[in-house]
Amino acid sequence: MASRMLDLVAALGHRLNEKLIRLGFATRFFFMLLVYSGQSFTRLHLTIREIYFSGVLSLLIILVSGLFVGLVLGLQGYETLQRYGSSDALGVLVALSLTRELGPVVAGLLFASRAGSSVTAEIGLMKATEQLTAMDMMAVNPIARVVAPRFWGGVIAMPLLAAMFSAMGVFGGYLIGVVFIGVDEGAFWSQMQSSVDFREDIVNGVIKSFVFGVAVSLIAVFEGYDSAPTAEGVSRAITRTVVTSALAILALDFVLTSFMFRGV
Amino acid sequence: MNRKLLDLWVGVFVAIGIAALLFLALKVGNMSAANFVETYSLTAKFDNIGGLKVRAPVKSAGVPVGRVSEIHFDPQTYEAVVTINVDTRYRFPKDTFASILTSGLLGEQYIGLDVGGDEKMLAAGGVIAKTQSAVVLEKLISQFLFSKASDGPDKK
Repeated sequence: MASRMLDLVAALGHRLNEKLIRLGFATRFFFMLLVYSGQSFTRLHLTIREIYFSGVLSLLIILVSGLFVGLVLGLQGYETLQRYGSSDALGVLVALSLTRELGPVVAGLLFASRAGSSVTAEIGLMKATEQLTAMDMMAVNPIARVVAPRFWGGVIAMPLLAAMFSAMGVFGGYLIGVVFIGVDEGAFWSQMQSSVDFREDIVNGVIKSFVFGVAVSLIAVFEGYDSAPTAEGVSRAITRTVVTSALAILALDFVLTSFMFRGV
Repeated sequence: MNRKLLDLWVGVFVAIGIAALLFLALKVGNMSAANFVETYSLTAKFDNIGGLKVRAPVKSAGVPVGRVSEIHFDPQTYEAVVTINVDTRYRFPKDTFASILTSGLLGEQYIGLDVGGDEKMLAAGGVIAKTQSAVVLEKLISQFLFSKASDGPDKK
């Protein structure tokens, strides 16, 4: 009986140990990534290529989802606000919820599943087919050549995508509120402009989306680089990318929000 | 895909992103309107500021002329000291009357400046002497109820 307990404790300790080693490796990997970034920026077209793959190709899904989120916000917001006779505040509701929360968070989640997963798959498969080892043999640093461009491509693309998402959402809210329901157009925009603060709301939203971009890109390249070099290992790594990114985005969002919006 | 086409697409992407940011800054936010370039500060003391917040607008005749920059409590007089930044283009006479008003029934609170007839103008760092506190809705309702009750039941 005592030895059974001991085995259990040992197994638990082993798993914890493994997790800590992985965390330590992730930190070391992040610093290596930063160190070799300078080397990868000397071949800038690699990063531009990755902005194309993770940014431009995500454009459609981001714009369409932004539009629909804005439409739904317009409908639901109007439905609730008109009960209190303040449907003029619809613009404020749509703009604040998009620039502060929904823009960065939903764009981040979409970005993780659209671009993050494909980055993990690509790096994981390169590892499984021993392309990364081959590069090392040819004295080409795989972190500078493969990992860093994908990381920076994601970091640059993410804030731009979130801004597009928010802008599209505001347009969706305008479409439903002003064009279909008939909220006064002047009140819609002027109330929005008087309540949305550039520094408090918009800049903080951009900071959030930048942080999410760093988190998602780092998780995606790390999971790919760390994946087991088998078909199963790559598929697991992709799953982990999406799950970990989603959790990281939501947790970071809570932390950042509690720093940014204390309500003075 | 050849490099030129790739560059073109990334260029278009970045341009759309920056356009979206500009749209948010100028059309959604208040970047264009309410940033006063040069301001001078005035202070006013209120018995009760209600729900007034830092960065709330200061309006005269309904036109925004400044913003609330600081609110603190004076432990000597037990009053709220509100510092406001007013655009240097506008000068106000010494007997200007500052009151805390609410835009609409449920709107945000702001400071309204009613101009008096004094010849002398308030200098930077000046104090607005005449103020009116925020109207607290609960007090108003309770006053109304008490006055109703004191009228007696027969007068209903």
